[in-house]
Amino acid sequence: MKSLAELQALRDDMKSKIGVRKDGETRIRIVVGMATCGIAAGARPVLAACVKEVETRKLTDVVVAQTGCIGICQFEPVIEIYDTDGSKTTYVHVTPEKVPKIIAQHVVNGSPVVEYTIGANAN
Amino acid sequence: MVRSHILVCGGTGCHSSASDKLFENFEAELKAAGLADEVKVVMTGCFGLCALGPVVVVYPEGAFYSQVKVEDVKEIVTEHLLKGRIVKRLLYTETLAEDTVLSLDNTDFYRKQKRVALRNCGVIDPENINEYIAYDGYMALAKVLTEMTPEEVIKVISDSGLRGRGGGGFPTGKKWSFTAVQKSDIKYVCCNADEGDPGAFMDRSVLEGDPHCVLEAMAIAGYAIGASFGYIYVRAEYPIAVKRLKIAIAQAREAGLLGKNILGTGFDFDLDIRLGAGAFVCGEETALLNSIEGKRGDPRPRPPFPAVKGLFGKPTMNNNVETYANVPRIILNGAEWFASMGTEKSKGTKVFALGGKINHTGLVEIPMGTTLREIIEEIGGGIPNGKKFKAVQTGGPSGGCIPASLMDIPVDYDNLIAIGSMIGSGGMIVMDEDNCMVDIAKFFLEFTVDESCGKCTPCRVGNRRMYEILEKITSGNGEIEDIERLENLCVYIKENSLCGLGQTAPNPVLSTIKYFRDEYEAHILEKRCPAGVCKKLLNYYIDAEKCKGCTLCARNCPATAITGEVKKTHVIDTEKCIKCGACIDNCKFGAIYKR
Repeated sequence: MKSLAELQALRDDMKSKIGVRKDGETRIRIVVGMATCGIAAGARPVLAACVKEVETRKLTDVVVAQTGCIGICQFEPVIEIYDTDGSKTTYVHVTPEKVPKIIAQHVVNGSPVVEYTIGANAN
Repeated sequence: MVRSHILVCGGTGCHSSASDKLFENFEAELKAAGLADEVKVVMTGCFGLCALGPVVVVYPEGAFYSQVKVEDVKEIVTEHLLKGRIVKRLLYTETLAEDTVLSLDNTDFYRKQKRVALRNCGVIDPENINEYIAYDGYMALAKVLTEMTPEEVIKVISDSGLRGRGGGGFPTGKKWSFTAVQKSDIKYVCCNADEGDPGAFMDRSVLEGDPHCVLEAMAIAGYAIGASFGYIYVRAEYPIAVKRLKIAIAQAREAGLLGKNILGTGFDFDLDIRLGAGAFVCGEETALLNSIEGKRGDPRPRPPFPAVKGLFGKPTMNNNVETYANVPRIILNGAEWFASMGTEKSKGTKVFALGGKINHTGLVEIPMGTTLREIIEEIGGGIPNGKKFKAVQTGGPSGGCIPASLMDIPVDYDNLIAIGSMIGSGGMIVMDEDNCMVDIAKFFLEFTVDESCGKCTPCRVGNRRMYEILEKITSGNGEIEDIERLENLCVYIKENSLCGLGQTAPNPVLSTIKYFRDEYEAHILEKRCPAGVCKKLLNYYIDAEKCKGCTLCARNCPATAITGEVKKTHVIDTEKCIKCGACIDNCKFGAIYKR
């Protein structure tokens, strides 16, 4: 390391790599259903896509976590997004391709992608 | 793409309950489950809650698993990491909730803590410099080298109110400026990592959990006082700390953060480790300097102070590990931030090692001014087995016993000195009703007698005489004049010893006489040990009403001191009894008691 600038660049790069290790101070939680039903329906690539998108966009106040069976197995893969106010949005039949849009529109800009939600797909 | 981190505590406490095996098993199980690329396993430093070790924390959920066994690893991997179901039976009970985990910050143990010196312990991988850098590591060094003059650095440290954490409590800024004003071609920076107080392990935990913060602080100190070389004096009994320090030094050199022309600023600083062989006196700074030079670790009179004439006759600045651990944060957050914590004359936080009769054995860092009651009852979780708190020994063999009546005193340097104890390095040994205070005083004195270097007479001979008097009292031969003899010797030894070891050695005796004189008197006048500890003053008896005549005690007595017929009350022959306690352990009816 030859300069302060290099040290700062390394720090910023490393920060995103250890972002999952924090308590509290998170704005939004993205929870992916990872029970047998979810995994069978393809939840694993969806989880990976969420993690990747959050990391590329450097969303340090967003946590991607997994949970067990959400109870609506016919809709898997399911992801739930918990906002700061405690409200929850449930997205169903999620694919890795849908993830960037959900994160860009909902997590970053605060407006849910209605057509992917359970409400729009219930019937 | 890594989505989850498993942090396994690699501090000495958890390591001794096989956390290294957990680490290996996690890696193997993750591989078997096909998760090796998604989940990262990290060996960290101490989380502080050593009583519940080995500790494993899984992020992003922040699930705090305690007392994890090798057999549990597979379950955590398949349930938590594969299927997303937290393994509730292993969660630390206070964090257990209906459908999620509660943050550790809200548990009794952590709620009142404020981690400054321990900020990275249990958070980063101490063997990876990049993780330290991610948490602003070496940014404080970069800041002083690029933006501050040495005088400005010393001013920030002075204004922060930081005082030496090794026990003395000397203002750190003053120490730095005394060395800075010396004119010399060579100056040295030293780190005292010769932590020797029984029951104190905060320095070890900092070195094991965050070794880079000490290196960074020493480089900052070098810049401030005009030194370009440093020594870390660490005891060889800390193998994990030594190993991680060596790795840290190699990585810092590799990254150009130690060595020549650091960050292109023209500042040179490098350092080396010196291993101590474990003599307690080498924690005294002049003895420590002698030992670094390769001489016998004996103290020498001061002045000249090390700031004037220290290592190899050159001006030397010596600070303790925990003192250094505070420095980078003070530089980054400012003197006002640090001074906003603590009491009027003791700023910041202090790490304490809780040990003895307390539920949460471990390491806690709290703002100065927290009361003993908060530390012991709330953070420490109180006394186990429903016993009654009797006293707490702070500062190890140099400190004193503080009785229950003084529990509400805010802990800081001056308050503890005023009541005859001291913060010392921060050991806190909690005692309950089953501890005999005369025996405790004898225990600590035995330690100092053993560790006295023998150079000066008051310490070498005086402490031994005191030990003999205590031995006499605890074996039932004490006279009432002995208390006064002890008090006189205490004063004499304190006033005339050469170094801190002797000057503080009488504190445990003085404070126990002051607060527990009745126990001394019971030993001397009634030939009775109220706590039932001093063997020579105890006799074992069988309660005739409770004894069922089962013969178990008689059959297990190694001295055949118990006689009696089946189904009839047994009797102990106190002449033959060797007071081993085997009968008490074997009696199913609680019929045997000692008095």
